Amino acid sequence: MQTLERIIEEHPFFEGLDHGFMDLVLGCATNVRFGKDTYIFKEGDTANTFYLIRQGNVALEIFAPQRKPIIVATLGEGEILGWSWLLPPYHWKFHAHVLQDTRAIALDGKCLRKKCEENHDLGYEVLKRFAGIVAQRLESTRFQLLDVFSAQK
Amino acid sequence: MTAAAAQLDVMVPTACVLKQVTKETPDTFTLTVARENGSAENAFAPGQFSMLWVFGVGELPISISGDPSKHEELVYTVRSVGKATHALVSQKPGTEIGVRGPFGNGWPFQAARGHDVIIVAGGIGLAPLRPMIYEVFRNRAEYGRMVILYGARSPRELLYRKELAAWARQPETQVLVTVDYGGIGWHGHVGVVTTLFKYARLHPARSVAMICGPEIMMRFVTRQLQEHGLQEQNIYLSMERNMKCAAGFCGHCQYGKHFICKDGPIFPYSEIGPLLDKYEL
Repeated sequence: MQTLERIIEEHPFFEGLDHGFMDLVLGCATNVRFGKDTYIFKEGDTANTFYLIRQGNVALEIFAPQRKPIIVATLGEGEILGWSWLLPPYHWKFHAHVLQDTRAIALDGKCLRKKCEENHDLGYEVLKRFAGIVAQRLESTRFQLLDVFSAQK
Repeated sequence: MTAAAAQLDVMVPTACVLKQVTKETPDTFTLTVARENGSAENAFAPGQFSMLWVFGVGELPISISGDPSKHEELVYTVRSVGKATHALVSQKPGTEIGVRGPFGNGWPFQAARGHDVIIVAGGIGLAPLRPMIYEVFRNRAEYGRMVILYGARSPRELLYRKELAAWARQPETQVLVTVDYGGIGWHGHVGVVTTLFKYARLHPARSVAMICGPEIMMRFVTRQLQEHGLQEQNIYLSMERNMKCAAGFCGHCQYGKHFICKDGPIFPYSEIGPLLDKYEL
C-alpha cells in the first residue's frame, strides 16, 4: 500500500517538491473517497480544502436560472480540484459533482494557508504551482469561448 | 490520353447515384454514393477529397470519409451550413449527383508506417481523418500505437459515436473524446480538445500527428504537440480554403505560394506553420 507521502510526491501537482516542504504539506493532508453522483462541494459553501485527484472524474457545474446545470469542465486523474481556498472570501464558485467514484487527497486549506504565511518559501512554491494551473485553465476557457465549432464551415 | 485531355477530364463530373443518407448529428449527414455503371473504380487515398455537384445548385469540395479499401462506393460526411450543402444532404437515395476527383495529396500514411499515430480532430474534422483511422486498423502491424483525440461542441454534435466506442476497444489504441459544453446526461470529459493531452499516452519521438478541425483549433493543438516534443515535420494539418476547380487552375484556394486543392489539402506544419499566424490569409 502506498503511503500518503508517496501518493502526494507522485501527484503531478507536487512533483519535485522539496522534502522539507513535503513534510509541511503532509501535515495538512488526508485520504478521501467520494461516491458517484455525490457533491464534493457546492457553490457558495466555505472553501477550506482542495483536492489532488488520484482516480475518478469530477464535473464542475454551474447553474443559471431556468436552465439545466451546465458542466464547464471535468477533472480527472492527476488534476487539482479547487483554488477558492487560496483567496478571500474563501467560497466555492461552482458545484463539484462526482461523475465516477473518485479517490483523492484532501488538503486542509486553512492549515496550508497558515503554513504558507509562516514560511513564505513554501507559500511561493504553492502559489507558483497554482498559478500554472490557473493559467492553463484560463487558456482553455479562452479557447472554449471562441466556440470554434459553431463557426466551422 | 494526352496531357491536355487529361486536364480537361478532371473537370468533367461522373454521374453517380446516391445510395444512402445517414443522419449523424442534427446538421451533419453521411452520404454513400456509387457510380451509375456499378464500376468499382473509386480508389482514393485517406485525406483526399471530391467535388460533389448538386445539379442546378452548385459544386462543393467534400472530403472522403469512407474506408479506402472499399472501392465499390464513396462515402462523404457533410455538415449542412449553406445553400449548397443543405441541398446536398436533402437529396433522396436514388438521386443522381456529379462527382469529380479524388483530388489532393492525402495523409502521409506511408511515411507514418512504423510510427505511432496521433489523430486530433475537432467537429466535422473527424470525417477526413476517418479513412486514415481505417488504414491503420487494416494494416495494424505496420503502425505503432494510435491515439485519437476528438473534440466537439456538445455531446449531440459528436460524429461516429458507435465507431469511436469500437475503436477504443481495439488493442494499442487510445480514444479520448471531449465536448466543449456538457449537459447533465453526459458523463464524459468536458473541456476543449487540448485538455485531453494530459490523459494521452504519447511517445513524441516516434510519433506522427495528423490534425483536422477549425484552423484556430489546429493552432492550439500544434502548440500542445510541440510542447510535448513533437517535431514540426511530423505534424500534419488539413487546410481548407475556397476550392473551385480542384486542379490548381483557378487560383481560388491559393494560400501563400500553395494551392490547397493541388498541393494540399494536407501540409506538414514545418511548411505551412508560418502562414497560420498571418492575418487575412
